[in-house]
Amino acid sequence: MLSMSRAKPCAIERAEEAVSGLALPQALRAPISRYGLLLPCLLFMLGLFVWPILSLLTGGVHSPEVSQALPQASRAVLAWSGQGQPDDAAFEALLADLRAADRRAVAEAGRRLNYEIPGYRALILKTAARAAGAQGKVGLIAIDPKWGEESYWLALRRAASPITPRYLLSALDLEVRPDGSIGAAPQESAIFLGVLGRTLWISLVVTVSCLLLAFPVAYHIASSTPRWRNLLLLLVLLPFWTSLLVRTSAWVVLLQDNGMINSFLLRAGLIETPLRLIFNRTGVYISFIHVLLPLMVLPLYSVMSNISREYLRAAFSLGASGPRAFFKVYLPLVWPGIWSGTLLTFVVCSGYYVTPLLVGGNTDQMMSYFIAFYTKQTVNWGLAAALAIVLSLSILLVTGLYALVGRRQKIVVKG
Amino acid sequence: MTSSTMDEHFVRFVGVQKSFGAAKVVHDLNLDIKRGEFITLLGPSGSGKTTCLLMLAGFEALSQGDILVGGRSIGYVPAQKRNIGMVFQSYALFPHMTVAENIAFPLTCRKLRSAEIEAQVKRALAMIKLESFASRLPGQLSGGQQQRVALARALVFQPSLVLMDEPLGALDKQLREEMQYEIMSIQQELGVTVVYVTHDQSEALTMSDRIAVFNAGVIQQLAPPREIYEAPANAFVARFIGENNRLVGKVSERNGSSCAVTLASGARLRARPVNAGAVGSPSTLSVRPERVVLGAAAASRANRFEALVSNVVFHGDHIRVAMQVAGQDGFIAKLSNVVGVEVPAAGSSVAVGWDEDDCHALDVESEALRH
Repeated sequence: MLSMSRAKPCAIERAEEAVSGLALPQALRAPISRYGLLLPCLLFMLGLFVWPILSLLTGGVHSPEVSQALPQASRAVLAWSGQGQPDDAAFEALLADLRAADRRAVAEAGRRLNYEIPGYRALILKTAARAAGAQGKVGLIAIDPKWGEESYWLALRRAASPITPRYLLSALDLEVRPDGSIGAAPQESAIFLGVLGRTLWISLVVTVSCLLLAFPVAYHIASSTPRWRNLLLLLVLLPFWTSLLVRTSAWVVLLQDNGMINSFLLRAGLIETPLRLIFNRTGVYISFIHVLLPLMVLPLYSVMSNISREYLRAAFSLGASGPRAFFKVYLPLVWPGIWSGTLLTFVVCSGYYVTPLLVGGNTDQMMSYFIAFYTKQTVNWGLAAALAIVLSLSILLVTGLYALVGRRQKIVVKG
Repeated sequence: MTSSTMDEHFVRFVGVQKSFGAAKVVHDLNLDIKRGEFITLLGPSGSGKTTCLLMLAGFEALSQGDILVGGRSIGYVPAQKRNIGMVFQSYALFPHMTVAENIAFPLTCRKLRSAEIEAQVKRALAMIKLESFASRLPGQLSGGQQQRVALARALVFQPSLVLMDEPLGALDKQLREEMQYEIMSIQQELGVTVVYVTHDQSEALTMSDRIAVFNAGVIQQLAPPREIYEAPANAFVARFIGENNRLVGKVSERNGSSCAVTLASGARLRARPVNAGAVGSPSTLSVRPERVVLGAAAASRANRFEALVSNVVFHGDHIRVAMQVAGQDGFIAKLSNVVGVEVPAAGSSVAVGWDEDDCHALDVESEALRH
């Protein structure tokens, strides 16, 4: 009897040990279920956002057309020193590739080679059509004497590598010269740095204007009574519920030469000729500020509404003048809102497409216009991707510098 | 005005009124505060005490009347020119500035030289014993430490008047009591005038030279703590400050310093008329629980009853006995836990009594005033 009552608790303890040894520790179980719930969103983002963007961006440096269509010739020219003429094997390899390749692949390679030397596409197509009956170096030069020129082989050599810097270089207004050195692109095609600068400048002007306009609005909303607060927030959010296209088109209606604003000003006698308010920079600024203002108001409001008015009262009771209370106490407290609001506005603005397309001038377009142009009009995906890379990196650089400045401003305000 | 009367009337509220829309929050307030005095505005929330403080600080405009400080009207002086220190309930320490920068803030506003600022900040930090915390941010301090920094910041520019708006409300009980004594000793050391707002009566009784008890925008009584407690001017003050037993009846006899009140049960009690009407008018009798005696000692008292003990609770330093007296439940006696105290058992019957002077005949509070 006595021994049994002793043995019993022992057995129970051992059983409990066994159970806890098998099951996951409590500390691990919670994270697994938490991350499990995140998984669908994570997969969605990976599959439909991260992967497509990465594969598009790699298009900016990846150019496999030539090496795929002409594999033997690519190997041969890459093995060639680039001095004098390539050896006979290279001529033979090119003919063999052209005989074996299908027309589509050859056309792709021709298009790629055409970026190196205009007319190269026609040369390749012509050679491919007659390759069946030709033999060796003599036969190739007989099809077209250009094959005897070094520059065509050098161009083939540059395009043969599946990784190319040429798109990125031309997005930065640079080019590879026929001799292989890198230099400034000719003036008529060196437009992208200007476009980039314009894009960043427009974004900066819009961001600063939005901040100056939104700050008093956000302050007013944050210091209103709860009922007014909801109504005012609704008014700020209202544009969000209207289609962007509708809003931008409305600006066209309002701002054009015979639009409502000009006809009002004309009838009022304030102006004699219509003001140019649209299809130029003014139109871009006006509609951008209108479209992006809520992005600035909301972060500012959310920070301001959490700042107790006792801070300002304290500053005044301690003898601070209005400007001192504002700059030394209120502004540092609102800084997190300013920081996220300006960042959000700047980043969204520099990538915007529809608004500048509809209200901007033909010669005053932003980067996204050119990315769309090369994607859809000329199907030069390499250049489009390179422009996207340059734009993304510039924004990353600007915001990174901004983040460093923000860190130094002691923005971490503890509650 | 001579300087001595100036000191008597250092801060004056003269016929001050404040309305928010149709709601009148402060009615015709007249209050004189002496220089160096610690005065507490005590009352339930919504009684107008905080509004008075904010008007004095310059954060609320007066609807009518005037406030004078040192004989000068400050009605139109903006808050930042009033030179009044203020400690807020939330402390309102600037979270992006270190402790030293916070304390230096009022000095930089006054454009002192940096060497002078440094010396004064050092002295202030020594006063609150936080020298080693100078470069911390407020978020890295405990509640009590933040409170002390707020105090130092409100005092460092040597204002002659300091306002405190429930400064200890966010602290736990023990720390609150510790801070009460610390604030009192600093106030006495610096000789600064303090206007203190609280709804905590024990805080008010402990710290103040005088207490102004507020209700419904009117000062109900203005007196030193002891007088407030022992001689409440009316039924509201009696109910609001400390614990008290209330018996309702009608005045049946009245002469100068003595009166008799007859309860509904027919019992007749001797009482001191404090705020009672003429014979025949209703009156509330107020008796402090610690002035009630039980057992043999009751025999010699002016008012005596036989009571039924309903329950007895031990509280450490005292024992609470709840009884039925004159047909009314919930009559409390507090017995000090001294040597030889006789504690009646629950369910037993016991003699209970109290003196005429400890029994105040007051007005009957109208329901409107009791919210």
